Amino acid sequence: MSDVYILGTDMIKFGRFPERSVPQIAAEAANLALDDAGVSIQDIQAMWSGNLYQASAMVGQRVLQEIGQTGIPVVNCANACATGATAFRDAWLSVKAGVYDLVLAVGVEQMGKGLLGGGGGGKGIPKEGLLGSGLMPAVFAEAGMEHSRKYGTSFEQFAKVSVKNHHHSTLNPKAMYQIETPLEQVMNSEMIAYPNTKLMCSVNVDGSAAAVLASEKKAKELGMGRAVRVKASVLTSDPWQERDLVMPDVNTCTRLAAKAAYDMAGVGPDDINLVELHDCFATAEILHYENLGLCADGEAGRLIDEGETALGGRVPVNVSGGLLSKGHPLGATGIANIYEVSTHLRGEAGKRQVEGARHGLTHVIGLGSACAIHVLEKVA
Amino acid sequence: MSDETPQRPLPAVDYLKLPAEGDPYLEGQKCKACSAIYLGERSQCSKCSARDPFEPVRLSNRGTLYVYSIVHRSFPGIETPYISAIVDLEGGGTVKGNLIGVDPDPEKIRMGMPVEVVYKDALGRKDKEGNAYISYFFQPADAA
Repeated sequence: MSDVYILGTDMIKFGRFPERSVPQIAAEAANLALDDAGVSIQDIQAMWSGNLYQASAMVGQRVLQEIGQTGIPVVNCANACATGATAFRDAWLSVKAGVYDLVLAVGVEQMGKGLLGGGGGGKGIPKEGLLGSGLMPAVFAEAGMEHSRKYGTSFEQFAKVSVKNHHHSTLNPKAMYQIETPLEQVMNSEMIAYPNTKLMCSVNVDGSAAAVLASEKKAKELGMGRAVRVKASVLTSDPWQERDLVMPDVNTCTRLAAKAAYDMAGVGPDDINLVELHDCFATAEILHYENLGLCADGEAGRLIDEGETALGGRVPVNVSGGLLSKGHPLGATGIANIYEVSTHLRGEAGKRQVEGARHGLTHVIGLGSACAIHVLEKVA
Repeated sequence: MSDETPQRPLPAVDYLKLPAEGDPYLEGQKCKACSAIYLGERSQCSKCSARDPFEPVRLSNRGTLYVYSIVHRSFPGIETPYISAIVDLEGGGTVKGNLIGVDPDPEKIRMGMPVEVVYKDALGRKDKEGNAYISYFFQPADAA
């Protein structure tokens, strides 16, 4: 089977657009990606649309009702925070399988403000704050505390992740925020769920991102100049763990996906020049340094202390600003990560460019759980 | 309101058992094939996929604090702060609940510390019919 290429990809600047519809927000990114690829929606053979909060509302078809109703197959995907990456992966699968030569993946979300998770519902009385917490800041705080328990990781080390990613976003005009947040500010901002303060929680924003994928044959026909090769696409779910019922495990499904992705790509963690990973909370980023093999188990605290994952470091992580500062529109996040890494591999990332990047990795987690990893490679 | 005798409090979750005689306890469902323990009824094991009947087991009221978070921001109307705790029970089973009897301060909470399961009114929460509920909480074992 021949390789699959990203011919065009883009995202809108993340923000809050309550006056616009979800399909309108998605259509903007779709058109940007089509323009970037130099093709028209009329050329696209199939489309995958990722959106979570309107999963039953035929968002993909409504995007085509905005930009061109050509009768192509449209699939609507929902996979929690892995929604966008799942749409991209299934688009990739269709080309990899030889069914199509040119397809479109779009991810979009319109978010409210406020806390995610903790619903539970069911019969009887509300359980939040009675049987612990199901709120996302607490769930990921507990996941971080597991790392603290094993390796002594400190509140300050978790907070440094947020300092780094907010700094990165000052170099990204498409991020929600471009604001420096010094360590004292991060640690002293409102405590949401120890050890995650408000500045250590991802930003709820509206946004969209899209990518045009092509077969090798089609890519050669249209021009490989700025194409990015998809070296690996992996999706996993959460294998059984003894604490599953009360403590979602984001580690095992990531490790499973990382191993499969490196095997498929034929590269190892040392070959990866930049990573966009799922920093839904600052605590999560620390876990994924080890889960993705960027360092040995127990060394993630040292990695953040020594700046190895900052722009200019050994393996920059979340140079886009990450979910913490670029923002986290759930269904768009997985494709926005792919846009970010592709932009570096094309050498077009401006002030935040990771110099000489050849390989990049994207990672998302959808709690529940789904993990998607893509390894991308510079072509030219 | 009717003149009927008020009902006994109800359990907050179905794996909390309130026998007519004897003390409340948490009940696990143990897979007969692989011994994996679940909370609540089930018909198949998600660890080994066995479809054999499950065996109800009485879970211990003693355990150790695995991890926690101190929740300061929650939904409107929910009193904060509270400590969300993951506790590994002696003999198997992991349960999430509120840790009480200790200050909500990371300096005061030690992961790995022994805790016990205690049963109390569910923070005054009642359902639409006005029923009261019993829930379970964790407290440091040495504070008993």
